[in-house]
Amino acid sequence: MSIEIRNVSKHFGEVAAVDNVSFTVKEGELLALLGPSGGGKTTVLRMIAGLEVPTEGDLFIRGERVNDIPVQKRNIGFVFQSYALFKNMNVLKNIAFGLKIKKWKKKAIEERVRELIDLLGLDGLDKRYPHQLSGGQRQRVAIARALASKPTVLLLDEPFGAVDAKIRQDLRDWLVRLQEELKLTTLFVTHDQEEAMEVSNRIVIFSRGHLEQIATPREVYEQPANEFVARFIGVMNVLELVVDKGVGRCSELRFPAAGYADGERIRIGFRPFSVQLSPDLKQYPYQAVVRHTFFLGVMLRLELELPSGLVLRSRISKEDYANLALYDGRKVSLHIRNYRILSRENEPLGPELVVPENSSIFIAEGI
Amino acid sequence: MAGTVKTNRSPSRQKSDRGSEESPFSRAVLISVALLFAFALLLLPLVNVFAQALAHGWRLYWRSLVNPHTLSAIRLTLLVALICVPLNALFGLTAAWAIAKFEFRGKALLTAVIDLPFAVSPVVTGLMFVILFGMQGFFGHWLDEHNVHIIFAVPGIVLATLFVTFPFVARELIPLMQTTGSEQEQAALTLGASGLKTFWHVTLPSVKWGLLYGIILCNARAIGEFGAVSVVSSKIAGQTETLPLRVEKLHLSATADSATAAFAVASLLAVLALLTLGLKTFLEWKTEREYERAQQMDPAAK
Repeated sequence: MSIEIRNVSKHFGEVAAVDNVSFTVKEGELLALLGPSGGGKTTVLRMIAGLEVPTEGDLFIRGERVNDIPVQKRNIGFVFQSYALFKNMNVLKNIAFGLKIKKWKKKAIEERVRELIDLLGLDGLDKRYPHQLSGGQRQRVAIARALASKPTVLLLDEPFGAVDAKIRQDLRDWLVRLQEELKLTTLFVTHDQEEAMEVSNRIVIFSRGHLEQIATPREVYEQPANEFVARFIGVMNVLELVVDKGVGRCSELRFPAAGYADGERIRIGFRPFSVQLSPDLKQYPYQAVVRHTFFLGVMLRLELELPSGLVLRSRISKEDYANLALYDGRKVSLHIRNYRILSRENEPLGPELVVPENSSIFIAEGI
Repeated sequence: MAGTVKTNRSPSRQKSDRGSEESPFSRAVLISVALLFAFALLLLPLVNVFAQALAHGWRLYWRSLVNPHTLSAIRLTLLVALICVPLNALFGLTAAWAIAKFEFRGKALLTAVIDLPFAVSPVVTGLMFVILFGMQGFFGHWLDEHNVHIIFAVPGIVLATLFVTFPFVARELIPLMQTTGSEQEQAALTLGASGLKTFWHVTLPSVKWGLLYGIILCNARAIGEFGAVSVVSSKIAGQTETLPLRVEKLHLSATADSATAAFAVASLLAVLALLTLGLKTFLEWKTEREYERAQQMDPAAK
């Protein structure tokens, strides 16, 4: 176990930026701290680094309690969102800074800096100053500088926030490879769920200072711990049903709701993939019109409007779109394959429920 | 005077296309009026100082400068600057650091107090010290009993100059340090540097030109200050006479060569002013670049 955070809180005045958070990070893991801005993820990262002091709770790095160990002695590598390169020093001096401070021998410094310049592909840039570098290059210098004195943990604050979209993809791939090569425990903060899903081994999701879930990208997507996570990760259709005689209704949609009292409101959610379509208007129980198609590359996102005006989002592959001969304005029939009962936010979700294809009949009979 | 501090730099950098709306005629008029004023009010008097100083030849000019009382005034002026400039540089750095990097109670008050010397007339400044430390002042009696002389002595001149030159370095550094932010310092800390090493290797180099700029302005004012010093000094030649006071005394006295001598000493101050101006222009250019880089490096500013 590389890092343990135990019941940690951080208050800024009256505001609890981080509220009683506990989780552990395994040795060599690449962990994403994900959440909307103001969720407390950066504060957690800064507390691990020693740049913030927790109001309550304990922090452990490799089994050692580090609460009282100053930032200089924690042996962490920290990459700032703005990179915070020393603008009065060139690339070489930036990377060597920590080693000089730690009084490495001159020869050892030269070797280590050379090694990092090779590792990060910074050849030929040694004499450049930060203002002469591109965003991506600056970031690599910042990472080289953070790695120089062989830290036990690498911490990155919004590492891809300040570069444009195209370079961002390259940097993600590159970070994954680098981390696999170094096997260094790495934590990074991001507000981009796609980035977190793609890059990390596990994701810690924060909102408003609370830890919502810690799990692998797949688990977070398929078994979200609560409505917040379900809605934050990926796209989700959320409906509020009103129960009437064992059936939950929302416009023309019907879902089985045995065991709920009449008049009770329940919230359900389903992924766009769960919305199944057919050009045959009789195949599925509900009818709708394709209102808008968004091309996302291999996948397409559809907005479907039901006669009542209710809009659902669906996602299908390009092939299926062609096979079903869909176009904007086309009438289709649809069926919701599976859904979850979402309770209120921060409460555990119910299990995923599967709806048989002839569900409307089933519901009709169930009444 | 060299003592004007720009509190807001951005307007100079904002490109305005208003100039193109004016007709060529009104442009020409505006420019010639500005140039005429600058020439008549700024350049002409300056040239005249040198002309008058050298009106009776180099020999008299030189003799006026090596007069023992003038030499003593030069020494005193340099001494005062030597004490005030480092002290205010140190204070300016500390204050700018505190204001730019920390949040604390009384921050707004401190920022306002730093500007006080700009708002108060130098003569009033001098009087304030006389009221505090003079014979009839709050501490005057006590000081006299302990045989400490501040007013009408060198310490008074130093105090008055310190007060007047107080804001220059701090005013210059506060906006610069605010733009730079504190992430570079934090980065240095995560790399193992102590607070002192961080200051020396990271903070100081990133503001060095701005600091130097503030020091130059502070120095120019320390040497040229007349009003406040004139109130607290006894103006005894060879003892409590600074260069500006010496110029005034020579100018008012009625001896044969005193007018030339006054201009000769004044020309010294003028040379200093020109040097300051040159350095100031150079440093302005350098600090401007410090700003630009600080902003460039900050993705939030994009």
